[in-house]
Amino acid sequence: MHMPSNFGKAIIGAALALALAGGAAAQQPLKIGFVYVTPIGSAGWTFQHELGRREMEKALGAKVATKHVENVAEGADAERVIRELATSGHTLVFTTSFGYMNPTIKVAKSFPKVAFEHATGYKRDTNVGTYNARFYEGRYLTGIVAGKMTKSNVAGYVAAFPIPEVLQGINAFTRGMRSVNPKAEVKVIWVNSWYDPGREREAATTLISQGADVIAQHTDSTAPVQAAEDKGVYAIGYHSDMSKFGPKAHLTASTHQWGAFYTKVAQDALAGKHKPSNLWGGIKDGMVKLAPINPVVPKEVQDMVAKAEADLRSGKLHAFAGPVKDQAGKVRVPAGKSMPDDQLAAMDYYVEGVQGQLPKK
Amino acid sequence: MRLRLEARPAPSRAMRYLSPLVATALTVVAGFIVFSGLGREPLAAFHAFFVRPVSSLNGLAELVLKASPLMLIATGLAIGYRANVWNIGAEGQLILGAIFGGGLALAFPGAESRWFLVLMVLAGATGGLLWAAIPALLRNRFNTNEILVSLMLVYVATLLLSYLVHGPWRDPQGFNFPQSRMFADAALYPILAEPTRLNAGFLVALGAVACGWLFIERSFLGYQMRVAGLAEAAARYAGFSSGRTVWIGMLAGGAAAGIAGVGEVAGPIGQLTSSVSPGYGFAAIIVAFVGRLNPVGIVFASLLMSLLYLGGESAQMELRLPSAITGLFQGMLLFFLLGSDVLVHYRVRLLPRAPAPREEAAA
Repeated sequence: MHMPSNFGKAIIGAALALALAGGAAAQQPLKIGFVYVTPIGSAGWTFQHELGRREMEKALGAKVATKHVENVAEGADAERVIRELATSGHTLVFTTSFGYMNPTIKVAKSFPKVAFEHATGYKRDTNVGTYNARFYEGRYLTGIVAGKMTKSNVAGYVAAFPIPEVLQGINAFTRGMRSVNPKAEVKVIWVNSWYDPGREREAATTLISQGADVIAQHTDSTAPVQAAEDKGVYAIGYHSDMSKFGPKAHLTASTHQWGAFYTKVAQDALAGKHKPSNLWGGIKDGMVKLAPINPVVPKEVQDMVAKAEADLRSGKLHAFAGPVKDQAGKVRVPAGKSMPDDQLAAMDYYVEGVQGQLPKK
Repeated sequence: MRLRLEARPAPSRAMRYLSPLVATALTVVAGFIVFSGLGREPLAAFHAFFVRPVSSLNGLAELVLKASPLMLIATGLAIGYRANVWNIGAEGQLILGAIFGGGLALAFPGAESRWFLVLMVLAGATGGLLWAAIPALLRNRFNTNEILVSLMLVYVATLLLSYLVHGPWRDPQGFNFPQSRMFADAALYPILAEPTRLNAGFLVALGAVACGWLFIERSFLGYQMRVAGLAEAAARYAGFSSGRTVWIGMLAGGAAAGIAGVGEVAGPIGQLTSSVSPGYGFAAIIVAFVGRLNPVGIVFASLLMSLLYLGGESAQMELRLPSAITGLFQGMLLFFLLGSDVLVHYRVRLLPRAPAPREEAAA
């Protein structure tokens, strides 16, 4: 085997170990590494990835040996941790935050035999796949619940940054609400942080004082749900089932489910037929799921949600089925069409029904 | 029985320098107890925490790479701290350095000259310097508290960077994700030892530490600043300007932090993103104190601090401990250091139980 001369000892060692492991694949468990951007905690983005890892471990038992490193800052630290996992014999590495994209690509170039899977990014390579979920599909369903449960016809939305993923969520939620309640409107407060319990709580309280009686969020803490519980209004959780943080307020949540995906990738790798993923999965793929719906939600609304969920699954319903009009009334998707993925991925406007101006670039 | 702290008339000079070693030793002892309490084999745990991270060439390179911004910033801060000028906002000054240096890299994507990197470093130093000039100016002009102003400006700097990478400086080919284009090769520090990530930014940091040492130990201005820190009235009597002390103290920290900011974006990151530092500006404050505000001590302290970060990651992988283990060790180190310092400067006296008269207690 020819190795380029500038490769270090460590890499040759890892390659050797790999070649040896190839011969003894039946006995050796597949070593899998996970990199998390925050501490695991008890709810939120990283917590869901951790649940996915545990689900995979449970499904595959002794065939896999996983390691995870939490609280790895995006930026210079990420590359070191990813490289360390690859050097120490992990042949499949999941990097679970957008900011790990360039570090993952860099490390992957020095470890051609290691398979990397990066969540939410867009750069791929011969050994780097990407995976993400259509979170907006879950948002649409929670919008239906909110639209039926609001009395003031105003929902409040605590949001992190105006990037396409977050706008997809706000817009899908708004469309879900208005599909059952044409008078419904959504107010948004940007907190400019993915995780800031203080500001998230403040934003939720402000929205409630402006008349919102359902609070939705695209941030990582449980503060908005807790604020809603304290103020006696409803809340829709995100990432995780947050019902234990607001048993009365929490109507449902749009949750992320990575376990089946992680299990499948690991199984493919075990069978030696892993190919880098390029997956944007949704309800249909089991990557997005509603948390159990609060019993205060009437049966007919629950049925309505179940029907919409089945239609999203079968493809009969699309969260952005035309006509989609933006705030200014401009038609973004004509009637009879659904928004294509490239347009979804570049979304930079509010749809009809969202109040206020998008922060200017 | 009561305890009372009495100031020692002449604190031992030797103990002042030994106390970081005492603190390190106590941290190790406490770590031993912590690991045993968590049900981990302590020796294996120590190996995972302190030895494994640096047992390869790559590990050593990573250790130095992570220590570089810490020693650089801490040296700059020490110049101010010695003069009682408390710049707590190095994190913000680092971000401004990254914005200035990185902005230059983005403005000239076709740059090819080796000198371009020098320009970036100068731009970064200017950015950090300007950000530190705000609290310096406000302190000199309006007698504001530089601790609060410099700290609050960290949040402003974070939001400014966030605005830039979400808005005008966003990579047009980046699918609206909040990060800039990758820098051209001329805008990146050359690697010192392939295949590691150790780059020439380390030499810049060492050079800055050497300059800091010369300034503090060998220059008349440095001497004036030290006097100002020890006895402000005496310094004034000797005709040393206290305004100038504030300026130099703040700007030295700002410029050093700005250069460290360039070191991150032109080093291991290679682009501007919304987070360019995992808190080096704050960690450097600990480093400055553990290093006794002395550039030589700071080099060792930065390596120790860096090892705690790497060790924390290694402990997560090898021992399945949570990431909080890093903060735990840093906290213990600082706690024991401050504790030893108290005992170096004060004597503990055991007094009989009889309560002291009220007047004395009030005094």
